[in-house]
Amino acid sequence: MDPYYAYIPHTEEDVKSMLQAVGVDSVEELFSDIPESVFLRKPLDVPEGVSEHEAAEFMKRLAEKNIRRTSFLGCGIYDHIVPAAVQQVASTPGFVTAYTPYQAEMSQGLLQAIFEFQTMICQLTGLDVSNASLYDGHTAAAEAAAIALQVRRKAHTILVSEGVHPFTRSVLASYYRDSDITIRTIPVEGGITRIQRLRELIDEDTAAVILQTPNLFGILEDFTGFAEAVHEHKALCVISSNPMTLGLCRNQGSWGADIAVGDTQPFGLPASFGGPTVGYMAASQKLLRKMPGRIAGETVDAEGKRAFVLTLQAREQHIKRERATSNICSNQALAAIISTAYLAVTGPGGLQEAGSQCVSKAHYLYDKLKEIPAVRPFSDAPFFHEFTLDMGSGSQAKSFLREMSSRGIFAGVHLGDLDASCEGLVAVAVTEKRTRQQLDDYAARAQEVLS
Amino acid sequence: MNQLIFEISRSGRKGYRFPKQDVPQREAQQLFGVIAAKQAPNLPETAEVDVIRHFENLARDNFAVDAGFYPLGSCTMKYNPKVNELTSREAGFTEVHPLQPEETAQGSLELIHTLTGYLSEITGMSWGTMQSMAGAHGEFTGMKLFRAYFSAAGEHQRTRLIVPSSSHGTNPASAHLSGFEVIELPADERGLVSPESLKPYMNDQLAGIMLTNPNTLGLYETDILEISEMVHEAGGLLYYDGANLNAVMGKSRPGDMGFDVIHLNLHKTFSTPHGGGGPGAGPVLVSDRLVPFLPVPDVVKTDGDYRFDWDRPQSIGKISGFYGNFGVLVRALTYILVMGKDGLTRASEMAVLNANYVMESLKDLYYLPYDQVCKHEFVFSAEKMKKDTGVSALDVAKGLVERSIHPPTVYFPLIVPEALMIEPTETETKETLDRFIAVMTEIHRLAYEDASQLTEAPRGTSVRRVDDVRAARHPVVRWEGAE
Repeated sequence: MDPYYAYIPHTEEDVKSMLQAVGVDSVEELFSDIPESVFLRKPLDVPEGVSEHEAAEFMKRLAEKNIRRTSFLGCGIYDHIVPAAVQQVASTPGFVTAYTPYQAEMSQGLLQAIFEFQTMICQLTGLDVSNASLYDGHTAAAEAAAIALQVRRKAHTILVSEGVHPFTRSVLASYYRDSDITIRTIPVEGGITRIQRLRELIDEDTAAVILQTPNLFGILEDFTGFAEAVHEHKALCVISSNPMTLGLCRNQGSWGADIAVGDTQPFGLPASFGGPTVGYMAASQKLLRKMPGRIAGETVDAEGKRAFVLTLQAREQHIKRERATSNICSNQALAAIISTAYLAVTGPGGLQEAGSQCVSKAHYLYDKLKEIPAVRPFSDAPFFHEFTLDMGSGSQAKSFLREMSSRGIFAGVHLGDLDASCEGLVAVAVTEKRTRQQLDDYAARAQEVLS
Repeated sequence: MNQLIFEISRSGRKGYRFPKQDVPQREAQQLFGVIAAKQAPNLPETAEVDVIRHFENLARDNFAVDAGFYPLGSCTMKYNPKVNELTSREAGFTEVHPLQPEETAQGSLELIHTLTGYLSEITGMSWGTMQSMAGAHGEFTGMKLFRAYFSAAGEHQRTRLIVPSSSHGTNPASAHLSGFEVIELPADERGLVSPESLKPYMNDQLAGIMLTNPNTLGLYETDILEISEMVHEAGGLLYYDGANLNAVMGKSRPGDMGFDVIHLNLHKTFSTPHGGGGPGAGPVLVSDRLVPFLPVPDVVKTDGDYRFDWDRPQSIGKISGFYGNFGVLVRALTYILVMGKDGLTRASEMAVLNANYVMESLKDLYYLPYDQVCKHEFVFSAEKMKKDTGVSALDVAKGLVERSIHPPTVYFPLIVPEALMIEPTETETKETLDRFIAVMTEIHRLAYEDASQLTEAPRGTSVRRVDDVRAARHPVVRWEGAE
């Protein structure tokens, strides 16, 4: 039997007639321009191909090596309910197998979906303009810093609150390594960013101040007066928020932020070991032409009919090359459409309902845990759906999590694993997906482990 | 024309029911005080059926690989196998949290480790990271690796980075963002980088060169070994833009050519879907001497167990939140398993055959500036046609749109005027290519006989040509009725 090559449809006859049309005798001849010195004269050391059935079985066995438990893990990735309709939209071939919508006339559907995503992000954040998505919430913060550095060309410092996710801070550090830009940390006190500390650190060399709420500890920060303090020094105020909180909590626009960033993973995207998710960004109107990445805009066609198109491309790398505002080309469009579908299905009421259940359930568990004598909450500041416990030491935190895991519960994230200054702190996330039974079970097991 | 989701909205309509809350209600206003929102966000209120129809209608009004031929140059729009979608939806993958204990995520860690190994072998590199989310993100990571390498060597003066003028726009953008001074190098009369032209830059200011091989003209850089020896001799490094790897799998490896850092686009060569612009994945692979600088965490295997290794003192750090677009990695590994070593090699062979077949069949009609055997793609110029008839590369593109074929990449690479960059990929049948050739032949005839059919195209699509000048002059980037 002739060899079968998956996804390659050529018959022997096809190959023969095509070679003839090209005017060569063999396929090898088409590679005769590769010098012998760099021609690979041995087979690749990867396995022989298999049927899709066998490959799927192999991948299934791999997937089964992962262990799933009742999850109270958060820190940027949350276990929310995904409506069936959203899963359906996620697998629509017209979106899944399309490229970036360069040819507007045959890409209206995608362009409109992105336009709707941008509108929803503006609605949620209370800011004027948005783009077609960035890689994740962490890199979105780094892109926001890049905007600020373009606006304030003479400034070289980015101030970042210690309440910002440690991975966001490390991405920022990596992005500006080996450059003349300095990333400085605004220390938190009791898990809260104090405006006084900000005032002490900010100066004319500051391009941006990056804040986050809810912050690393789950605390909802009160940013009253922050944007004004930042603007006094002509810097930009960047606030990162988990968008799931924005149905019930003040948004970035209302705090006076110039740029809002975050990640829409809570809207219809599974944990998926951390990706793909969606970095979102919204900004005030005057920053539109400094935005990174693709932007869908409304216009008209030759007959005056409403139409959509990728716009302001003069900012982008394929036009401006090294003078581009960013190097972003691929983004997370499909994942952005999934989040758009999530918000469309759930609506404003659903967003508030999911948020409210998160809040109620997180507080229910928090109150139960507080009754255990060995449990010390890290803070009594307001929180949304994630709170932090102080286990005393790193080893005690780890032992607590290990014991809970052996009882079938991922009880939280040891923040000390993310940031050495947080040794002993455990962040516990509770979403609307958890049941009272699971919360009672958590409390009972914790009591067992800690007594 | 489709209504916007906001226009479908009716106040009070609900599309989804969450489980009944089974704990006491806590009031946000009371708990949060000044932090509480004053009003709900203005989001659409729609029924589930309307949401499904809305997105279904949008998806139908959108061209995709599953709908037809998509010969978009340098984008490798090959067929996206459906088994990849099935494996990527395994709950054992999708429901794994990135911060759950390593011993409970062995499957995911093994997947990352295995894929890194296979990609290293396919490219001839030593090891790599899956953390970068896209090609441009991989380039950025690569430039940071260059920087870290020179910093460690105390060679801070190496700031000049050579980029051919035919390169992808992301190359100079990524290099510039990383603080390098970009030097654009014109191609020689062969369409290639000539070692001679590099000589003036071979000094202690040289950081390195970014190349794609085959280049964006679809031509193999035949002097590559001489180039890499020169650059290394001068103390520089070589970066390989892997966007065009689909031409050379099993034939020629960047590692053997002397490259130090490369990125791959899993959404091109390794068949993962483009998703309307993403998510993709841009793994970065490196030669021995750059391994210590790779982003953290690495995934290592000890005594049969996999774990993260954060102890990399020379690492450039994290370049994204977690471990990359893991869901895309699942698809790519599935593809490699199905294809196997012979299948991957065959893919490149047939990609090159398909490209040459189309090129030879049309080159008497469309001007081919570099007339020689191409690799996986080639570039025509519509300059003469435009001069003769007024029909531009853009008009040719819109003529193809009218005939339900996605146009080639137009106006790129910048070194070819009125460029039409065509990449058929290996997954297309001869019949599909023959239809494309017939349509391109018809378009050529129309250009000379009835140009208005092209300059006014498309007519049959849901919208006619869109006014992008107006879009840029008066930007409307959100629905204005949403207040």
